[in-house]
Amino acid sequence: MSLRDQLTEIKEKGLTDIKQVSDLKKLNEIRVHLLGKKGPITAALRGIKDLKPEERPEVGSYANKIRDAIAQAVTQHRDQLEQAQLDAQLAEEKIDVTLPGKPVSQGQPHVIQQIIDEFVDLFLGMGYEVLQGPEVEEDKYNFERMNLPKNHPARDMQDTFYISKEILMRSQTSPMQARALEKHDFSKGPLKMISPGIVYRRDTDDPTHSHQFHQVEGLVIDEHITMADLKGTLITMAQKIFGNKFDIRLRPSYFPFTEPSVEVDVTCFNCMGKGCDVCKHTGWIEVLGAGMVHPNVLNMAGVDSKVYGGFAFGVGPDRFAMLKYGVDDIRDFYLDDVRFLNQFNKRGN
Amino acid sequence: MKVSYKWLKQYLDLNMPAKDLGEKIERTAVEVDSVDVAQTGLKKLVIGHILSMKDHPESDHLHICEVDVGEDQPLQIVCGAPNVAADQKVIVALPGSRIGGNVKIKRSKMRGVESEGMICALDEIGFSKDVVPKEWADGIYVFDDSVPVGEPVYHYLGMDDPIIDLDVTPNRGDMLSILGTVHELAAIYDQHADIKTPVANEDSQIDVNQEISATADSSLAKTYKLRVIKGVKVAPSPSWLQITLWNAGVRPINNVVDVTNYILLKYGQPLHSFDQDKIDGNIQVRLAQQGEKITTLDEEDHELSTNDIVIADNDHPIAIAGVMGGFNTQIDDQTTSVVLESAIFDSIRIRKTAQRHVLHSEASQRFERGINPDTVEAAIDEAANMIQTLAGGKIATGIVTAADYHPELPTIFMTAERTNHVLGTKLTLAEIKKIFDRLGFTSEDHEDGLNVTIPARRWDIHIDADLFEEVARIYGYDKLPATLPTGRQTIGVLTQPQKVQRASRQILEGLGLTQAISYSLTTESKAKMFLMRQSEVTKLLSPMTQDHAVLRMNLLSGLLDDVAYNHAHKVNDVALYESGRVFYKDNIDQVRPEEVEHIAGVITGNFDNPAWNNHINPVDFYQMKGIVNQFLINLGINGDIEYTATDQYSDMHPGRTANISIHGHYVGFVGQVHPKVTKQFKIKETYAFELNLQELIDLPKNDDQYQPISKYPSIKRDISIVVDRQITNDQILAVMKKRGGAYLSDIQLFDVYDGKNVPDGKKSMAYSLTYVNPRDTLKDEVVTTAFEKIKKRLTDDLKAEIR
Repeated sequence: MSLRDQLTEIKEKGLTDIKQVSDLKKLNEIRVHLLGKKGPITAALRGIKDLKPEERPEVGSYANKIRDAIAQAVTQHRDQLEQAQLDAQLAEEKIDVTLPGKPVSQGQPHVIQQIIDEFVDLFLGMGYEVLQGPEVEEDKYNFERMNLPKNHPARDMQDTFYISKEILMRSQTSPMQARALEKHDFSKGPLKMISPGIVYRRDTDDPTHSHQFHQVEGLVIDEHITMADLKGTLITMAQKIFGNKFDIRLRPSYFPFTEPSVEVDVTCFNCMGKGCDVCKHTGWIEVLGAGMVHPNVLNMAGVDSKVYGGFAFGVGPDRFAMLKYGVDDIRDFYLDDVRFLNQFNKRGN
Repeated sequence: MKVSYKWLKQYLDLNMPAKDLGEKIERTAVEVDSVDVAQTGLKKLVIGHILSMKDHPESDHLHICEVDVGEDQPLQIVCGAPNVAADQKVIVALPGSRIGGNVKIKRSKMRGVESEGMICALDEIGFSKDVVPKEWADGIYVFDDSVPVGEPVYHYLGMDDPIIDLDVTPNRGDMLSILGTVHELAAIYDQHADIKTPVANEDSQIDVNQEISATADSSLAKTYKLRVIKGVKVAPSPSWLQITLWNAGVRPINNVVDVTNYILLKYGQPLHSFDQDKIDGNIQVRLAQQGEKITTLDEEDHELSTNDIVIADNDHPIAIAGVMGGFNTQIDDQTTSVVLESAIFDSIRIRKTAQRHVLHSEASQRFERGINPDTVEAAIDEAANMIQTLAGGKIATGIVTAADYHPELPTIFMTAERTNHVLGTKLTLAEIKKIFDRLGFTSEDHEDGLNVTIPARRWDIHIDADLFEEVARIYGYDKLPATLPTGRQTIGVLTQPQKVQRASRQILEGLGLTQAISYSLTTESKAKMFLMRQSEVTKLLSPMTQDHAVLRMNLLSGLLDDVAYNHAHKVNDVALYESGRVFYKDNIDQVRPEEVEHIAGVITGNFDNPAWNNHINPVDFYQMKGIVNQFLINLGINGDIEYTATDQYSDMHPGRTANISIHGHYVGFVGQVHPKVTKQFKIKETYAFELNLQELIDLPKNDDQYQPISKYPSIKRDISIVVDRQITNDQILAVMKKRGGAYLSDIQLFDVYDGKNVPDGKKSMAYSLTYVNPRDTLKDEVVTTAFEKIKKRLTDDLKAEIR
């Protein structure tokens, strides 16, 4: 048998063996066997020296071709085997992706806090500062400076927890108006503030009353602040917090510390103004009180009401939350049932 | 105030639907609680005439009536009312009708006798029992003879009249009357209201001064007037008057009392009527004397306060002025001489008296809100005339006046410029003047503005701002432009403390705690728990309940209440935090407490929800400490955070609680809530922390958070040692840090073990030490030298055995 025929035979057998192998380890053994230093090709090539010199290059080149063909066949077959092995592994690893994911413990801000933060962020964006006042307040700021002298009948509207004759749990965030006015230096610019916080009333707790709840007070005082500015600010607030479809209406009302005073309604959340049981078929829901700051409030705080004036408003985040989410019992906000609290985790809107 | 639409129409040309009128009032004047028509929901109720009546054979109280309802055949109706009688005209609910409470009436058999409908009492067709006249209270209602048989009943009972219920704000006392509301609507709809001033039809033969005299302290009653009517005959009022009263929510009594109530509704002027024959001598308006008592019309006894204004005769009080009359001088069926009183009493005293005796009457409500001094006399004159018309008698000539008051009408100067400056409008002075004309305020041009004179009926208007409100609401808030404040710029940004507060919440939420808001008012014993400093309690003077009587001095007790609430509702896994204020008082003489921001958290049960593929993970001290520690790290306060074992808190576990300090400043504690406390709150094993957030806000922060990460490789060495059990992790770390050399960058504890193979009283601790040189590649020998040094120090200083 010629050397060339020997080589051909090695190739034929080798390629057949390679194709028959079904595991990577054996394939590697074959590769090492065929192409290694002790392999048949190497052995066959030793016989090259016995050939005529003119035949040698041709046979040498042929041997190299065979070596390349075998190497390529091995690589190709290895890729196939590896792919098959991976496919088998992947098939093996298939899981039920509908099983639940691992629970991650995540805390939520309180729903009232979320609403307060929403107000705070909106008004920060409009250039307001945030002020926080004492929860234990002086009668002077809570009432007298808010144009509610002792014996004023409107004091009956708010039954108050007193600690002494002159010290009380604030029944509204409005005393922050008086405190802010007293401190503010108008030469440095207008006063624009909101003041969120807890307030207290001498009420029996029931679904619509809580002896503790929240308010957000707003106050803007400068030389040229109008009631139209109040209306525009409240429309902005309603639309940025509830959505652009919401409108407001102002109705005359009475607060001793504003004149004119208005009650502010927004489009009913439930029926979008068509009229339903929630809004008593009016299409409107009362959400806050507001008005132009009473000259007495300015003057008592040492601010000249002939030069400066502006508006104030007071919102109840508890009521907002009840309306927005349809919570029908205000006490739910203060019992801290984690099932209740953790529902308010939809933060994408 | 329930206002009848029909009554308003007597003065004004109003044609809009009642609902629209209500909305207009709401947008322009005062809130409207409801607009209701009483007949709404009722069906097939007609006037019937009882032709004949006989007893029911099977009953001792039922009657069988033949009732003409205007149809071909009379109906047979069984009726059990005690006052039913032949020839009465009554309310008949026909078969298929609907009466009050949405009840349907069908043909039926009553003890074997067919009944084709029902004869109704007023409360059966929707009337409140409070307004049904006494004579019809226990039986059916009987019409007067003039009503047409077969017609629907509604018109003849006033049930077709829309009633607008006004929620009058404290400043608009003028609208607690029909005439006040008429003035308001005249302004809103730009109409002229025709209101006539009555002239009393006096009898020249009788002189009032011969009948009675009165004295009044004008500080108690600014105005006090009496009239006398002689020879009246007390009887029920005619139906039109009864209807007017019950539609306003007032129960008809008799033709004298009803007139006083009618005048109260019309003018907003409370009147009182006394039986002249029951008064002993002259009338005085004075303060009650110590120990005086009175029985009021509602037959309640009252001990009077020396701050109560009373009307007294020579002997004793006969009325609590402005609040309620006395039982002993009331008008009854035998009364023939009536003393009518029309007055203005001091509003503050009336308010306090009404509160003191819990007697809030239609009269007291009006005296509290204010009385129009212009119509005190018109009211008493019209009342006298009406009593004469309805009850007969003669009006004595003259009025006894014990006090009188005619205030000078205020004049307020205002300009268009100032109005527009406040409202943001562009109104001309002429437009503004027109609005005042509509309101019935006289105005005169003065300089560049107007001098506006305010009528006595609008005692709520004092300053130009009050006039701006009048202009704005009559002009219409809907027409007001909507703008945003312009002018000097302001920057809206949170202050540093506010940023820290907000960050605190976000960090704790990220660490798995949900924000709670518990009550600041609690019990004295809960207020005193978990005290972080010596403090006295702050108590409310008059709490509503003992559960909320004292200001909290810690947040944790509120959070434990929350845990208890959750446990009681079968929620075992709770992880909450609260950020809020506590209230400290250094001594009992201090009245106003100091308010300090705190932040606290609790965990109980499993921290991660147990699930199909993870093990339950019950909370422990180290879980809570991990949360607190990460929280404090994230706040970025300068200095080391130290934990020191403490047993100082009687409500915390003495062996599982640590005080926390940062850079030597005490900021709070972390640990396990004492088992006796968890037992008391009926809750499971709970871990907690409370921190002085104000302190954390105030402590200097580390601005320099960035350190370059070394590009050179680090080298790790692990060390395992056995030490005495009492040796703390902190002690070991201190040695390692002190002796670790320049390149020791991190120490991590990765194992603590005291079980098998560790001698009694000892524990095994294993640490992983990381060495790095930020400027060069570390050489192994350098690390080995440093590591050996640590081993030696641990052996020498802590008697550690290196494993």
